[in-house]
Amino acid sequence: MLGRVANGMFWMYRYLERAENTARLLAAGHRMALTRGADIADEEWKSVLTTLGQLQQYTQAHDDFSGSHVCDFVLRGKGNQQSVLCMFENARTNARACRSAITAEVWEAVNEGWMTLRDLLARPVRDTSLNVALSAVRSGSTLARGATHGSMMRNEVYSFVRAGTFMERADNTARILDVKYYLLLPSLSYVGTPLDTGQWDNVLRSLSGERAYRWLNAGRMDARSIAQLLILDEQFPRSLVFCYAAMRENLAWLARLHGHEGPAHALMREADLRLTGKSVDDIFDQGLHQFLTEFISRNQAVANAIAQQYRFTT
Amino acid sequence: MSTAEGPFDEMHAPDGSVRDAYRQYDKWLAEQNSAWMRRKHFEAESFFRRTGITFNVYGEEDAEERLIPFDMVPRIITGTEWRRLSKGIEQRVRALNAFMHDLYHRQEIIRCGRLPERLFRNNIAWLPQMVGFTPPGGVYTHIVGIDLVRTGPDEFLVLEDNARTPSGVSYMLENRETMMAMFPELFTRVKVQPVSNYPRRLNKSLSACAPQGAPENPTLAVLTPGIYNSAYFEHAFLADQMGAELVEGSDLRVIEGRVQMRTTQGFQPIDVLYRRVDDEFLDPLTFNPESVLGVPGIFDVYRAGNITIANAPGTGVADDKAIYSFMPEIVEFYTGEKPLLSNVDTWRCADPDSLKYVIEHLHELVVKEVHGSGGYGMLIGPAASRKELNEFRAKLRANPDKYIAQPTLALSTCPIFTKSGLAPRHVDLRPYVLVSPDGCDITPGGLTRVALKKGSLVVNSSQGGGTKDSWVLDD
Repeated sequence: MLGRVANGMFWMYRYLERAENTARLLAAGHRMALTRGADIADEEWKSVLTTLGQLQQYTQAHDDFSGSHVCDFVLRGKGNQQSVLCMFENARTNARACRSAITAEVWEAVNEGWMTLRDLLARPVRDTSLNVALSAVRSGSTLARGATHGSMMRNEVYSFVRAGTFMERADNTARILDVKYYLLLPSLSYVGTPLDTGQWDNVLRSLSGERAYRWLNAGRMDARSIAQLLILDEQFPRSLVFCYAAMRENLAWLARLHGHEGPAHALMREADLRLTGKSVDDIFDQGLHQFLTEFISRNQAVANAIAQQYRFTT
Repeated sequence: MSTAEGPFDEMHAPDGSVRDAYRQYDKWLAEQNSAWMRRKHFEAESFFRRTGITFNVYGEEDAEERLIPFDMVPRIITGTEWRRLSKGIEQRVRALNAFMHDLYHRQEIIRCGRLPERLFRNNIAWLPQMVGFTPPGGVYTHIVGIDLVRTGPDEFLVLEDNARTPSGVSYMLENRETMMAMFPELFTRVKVQPVSNYPRRLNKSLSACAPQGAPENPTLAVLTPGIYNSAYFEHAFLADQMGAELVEGSDLRVIEGRVQMRTTQGFQPIDVLYRRVDDEFLDPLTFNPESVLGVPGIFDVYRAGNITIANAPGTGVADDKAIYSFMPEIVEFYTGEKPLLSNVDTWRCADPDSLKYVIEHLHELVVKEVHGSGGYGMLIGPAASRKELNEFRAKLRANPDKYIAQPTLALSTCPIFTKSGLAPRHVDLRPYVLVSPDGCDITPGGLTRVALKKGSLVVNSSQGGGTKDSWVLDD
């Protein structure tokens, strides 16, 4: 396949994944804001913007942190190149540019998802319409993923699709954790006050992990188990370890198709060594924040190596 | 030609009876519930939006994607009519290729005084770089679209030859798919010749034109200017259907005398390039140095015989409207036969007597730019205001070479579906012809374009025209 198309596919699914994760983050923030006082709500919205890397741009346009302003900015803000609408549009543009790499089912799912969002986000999002918009993002992304899973050949194209998906997901999980890392530090995790429990619950919800957590921990809430789930659990589909297992698998498949490995495989293996086989204590000893920042930059390095090895650009 | 009672209608005879071609369809239609048909009409639109069959309109502020309106009443031609028609098309296409070869070699037609030399010397589509070179397989126009209009039961006239990069074939294919999805039972009642194998035929025809020394299954690629091109959907569609790579200029590079594409595993050579990029942009080293759409050095590879470019560069010289007016002579010169298909009468404004006539009769003529296409920059005399007519007279006097004029034809009509039932609208037809050393391959039917506005004669999609599924009956 063409290097340009591999690039387009890789990023199409990164955009879709990011759009979906952003919607999840907004939904969790919204819930938090509804159940807490105004101060906490403001802080929560600020941290959502920090996680997304949009705080600075937001404060240039707004001088408050009201939920409707933040959500509107993140979903469809004028001039916000990272808005969910832009993400979806980018995904669709890539799908169009790589039309012959995807099936009609995938194209129709992305195209329809984009048309729905474009219409829903044509006007400012109100509190009352927020949930409709968020679930449209999620279902658009879900449909595209489902169509991909159900209709695409497990060839090179698919490997780039999956590599992009899990690279983005790992990045997003790490960023969400990093903004809230202080909540998970052992020193602060004396038996959870209602405040902590609420914050922890929020972190889990941001990653759709609340249900998985309950099943694994039978209602006991503590920082250690949360870190265990979100970083190290092999079964939770948004944990760092899970994402890396999927990335390894897809890179290995590419190596098999091409008959050889390359620098991206070496970097991937190295990044994986820092993660797999670790315990929560190892990570806390190293320092959670440091661990996460290193993870994010190593993840980025793997993405760059993939782009170079597979000739994404000239 | 047109009769007193108006243009020729392909479905209904003047006495209201249904013509042969439409008899079975009409019977089916009479059995359908009209509310159900209206629902179907809306269904078609959402179907097209979802699948993304759109085109971009040039000259629009934000090049939004638009739908080409689709009308669900088929345009029907009988097998007998088609057989006669396709003979004429094949003759014309053979002549076009022979003409092109002659123009870029010995120019016999000019030596014998049958064609004035200035016609192509002043032609911007003439490429001196092609002189003395024969494309692989001797084929110049691998894909041709012949625009036909009908003025009577047996009268099909050629309105235009598209020898560069005829577009619209994806609509021919999707229109049929849409019709079959919407009215499956109709196709069990009426036997229609299939068109869906066009991409396979295109692949086969292009492969047969591969350069000498290419493998038995040559590597094909479709070169597109990119997603902002108005026909991008078609480029992607054809590449996908043919199982060929869809490439952009930035994917290609000349390495070791071959045109190669950048894949995830390094550069791989291409044998046949179906390019949907104009000549001018093909090679910045040979043509427009500003072009980023093409491939630097591709023309040298081509001249060395190491790649097939379809259509060949320089074919535009044969399809402008000044050459068009000589097509009857050209057909006769190269085939030794009388043309089976007639031209529309054409006045060349470069000729002073013709110019005088055109200026005097402007209100009843259609005037076109010699190098124009897509319905841009044309004047329809009967529909023009006095001011527009005067402006055009000035243009004609200033640059007579740039224009030709034709009578305003009574194009045939075919019914479309409207809120108040069926209503006749003017149509044309573009059949698609594939040319290879193995011969001409014409897909039965083609693209019917229809002017959706009552009385309008402009069928171009960029000017508010729509399309119809075109049937050739299997009889």
